[in-house]
Amino acid sequence: MATRWLPILWRLVQTIPVVIGVVIISFVLTRALPGDPAVQFAGQMATPESIEQVRVALGLDKSLPQQFLIYCKALLQGDLGQSIATGRPVLTDLATRLPASLELTLTALILSCLIAIPLGVLAAVRQGSWVDHLCRVLVTAGVSLPTFFTGILLIYVFYYLLGWAPSPLGRLDFIYFDPPRVTGFFLVDSLLDGDLPTFAGAAKQLALPAITLSLFTLAPIARMTRAAMLTALSSDYIRTARAAGLAPMRVLFGYAFRNALLPVVTTLGMVFSFVLGANVLVEKVFAWPGIGSYAVEALVQSDYAAVQGFVLAMALLFVLINLIIDLSYTLIDPRIGFSAK
Amino acid sequence: MSDISPTQSGNGMLAHLGHVMKENPVTALSFGLFALFVLQAFFGHWLVPYDPLATNSVRALEAPSADHWFGTDQLGRDVFSRVIVATRLDLTISVLAVAISFVIGSVLGAVAGYWGGWLDAVLNRILDTIMAFPLFVLAMGIVAALGNTVENIIYATAIINIPFYARVVRAEVNIRREAGFALAARLSGNGHLRTLAFHIFPNALPPMMVQVSLNMGWAILNAAGLSFVGLGVRPPTPEWGIMVAEGANYIISGHWWVALFPGLWLMLAVFTFNLMGDGLRDLVDPRRRT
Repeated sequence: MATRWLPILWRLVQTIPVVIGVVIISFVLTRALPGDPAVQFAGQMATPESIEQVRVALGLDKSLPQQFLIYCKALLQGDLGQSIATGRPVLTDLATRLPASLELTLTALILSCLIAIPLGVLAAVRQGSWVDHLCRVLVTAGVSLPTFFTGILLIYVFYYLLGWAPSPLGRLDFIYFDPPRVTGFFLVDSLLDGDLPTFAGAAKQLALPAITLSLFTLAPIARMTRAAMLTALSSDYIRTARAAGLAPMRVLFGYAFRNALLPVVTTLGMVFSFVLGANVLVEKVFAWPGIGSYAVEALVQSDYAAVQGFVLAMALLFVLINLIIDLSYTLIDPRIGFSAK
Repeated sequence: MSDISPTQSGNGMLAHLGHVMKENPVTALSFGLFALFVLQAFFGHWLVPYDPLATNSVRALEAPSADHWFGTDQLGRDVFSRVIVATRLDLTISVLAVAISFVIGSVLGAVAGYWGGWLDAVLNRILDTIMAFPLFVLAMGIVAALGNTVENIIYATAIINIPFYARVVRAEVNIRREAGFALAARLSGNGHLRTLAFHIFPNALPPMMVQVSLNMGWAILNAAGLSFVGLGVRPPTPEWGIMVAEGANYIISGHWWVALFPGLWLMLAVFTFNLMGDGLRDLVDPRRRT
């Protein structure tokens, strides 16, 4: 057992320098800012004395290494600073808005996996058929689509022309009340509350942004599934399994697909990074109250503490996702050792 | 990977190009589209029928017509002229960004791949850290920190692209560090730098070209995305991302043309570069054909 846990431990240790690097970069990002944060925090009516007071209060009169230590100390206490725009701690703001983003992201990812993985498998099995061509077209078109543009197109078609979708403003129409907050996911919360109309309302609002995001993530997943399946299907063990007379379905899903899963999971990690970025754009298009639109508002208002908190939160989230994915390798494939990386 | 030498005779290359074009008409189409975009970027300013900044409130939000092929926007500006003129800015941003990351990534990757050791380890950790950010988010942060200008969009896009180039070059240089031709070059009196720059590095160019083409599309998307959220390019400058952002306000009232055409051009540009990347890969590395 010890040999099994060692690589996991080693992988956990490896994230430490990355996390430190992430913290350093987000510190540098704010300290490289043009303009004087003290002046900004002091507000419009500030006198030179009050600016100086703010500077001392913020620790900006100290040397950079000292400032960095102060910053790290605050971080360890969960203090990301105050947002100028909302007047609340950035951490509170992020925590209230994160579920909205996660709900959107996860729905989109699940949706695109449901479409892309079967599509990729079919394209590999029936190489050269119309499914394969469809897959190729989708893959090339999918990576070229600007998410914000697809979102707008979908709004035009499904909201303006067909009238199927509700107005693209936020997570829930005004006629519904927010479900009592348990997980922060409206879909889950409304079900827990047994409130089906609210669930339907939330699902309707979620549909278009989730489709927009999943169109964007479809391409890499389908492409990787197809490639991985092709590699797996042409391997010796599949030939052997076929020669041994195993049922075709058994060969396909029991042997080929299981082996093809590993690169697909790797791609999912990469796709997650793209989605977190694309989230910002999609949330702006659909006025989705997640952390992406929060960051955009903060950028427009030069609310740097909020931007910094957002960048840091996103990076840490991403590091965490990658960690989970790498660890899940050991479950999918016990041969994987991390020393090879 | 190193067994095929990519340096063929020029004639063979041309014949191969012709063959690839004939085999894959899509690639030929992408080269044609690329030429079209380059023409737009160079001569668009003189070819467009209207001044892209001239407002005309009498004819605001008009649907496409013979006068205004792509309609007019909320200030009565000609959408067609704006879309065409925007090509130069969008391509400039992405070409410069890709060029900067190409150069910096090449130098870093070559040094790390050739000398290895702690240099390599440090570089890898730094690249890991950059890649640990969702890249678009990092670009947003960089533009916010450096200031809201077009140059900073270029720098931000360049920084987030560096890891890709550095990784490719590092791998290509690393596998050839001890190759026979590299050792021969060293033996015949070339210094380390000279061997690296003129004997080993050129071998990394073909895969780099593919990377450049695929990256160009991504750089355009990135730049347009940044201006879509209100960073970098400011109105009234014609730029695809910002035009889509402006048009988004009118889409729910049914004025589809304001957002559609710039978005379409943006999509087409990205599509062109992606297709070209695939075509270039066929040209450079026939074994990885899809």
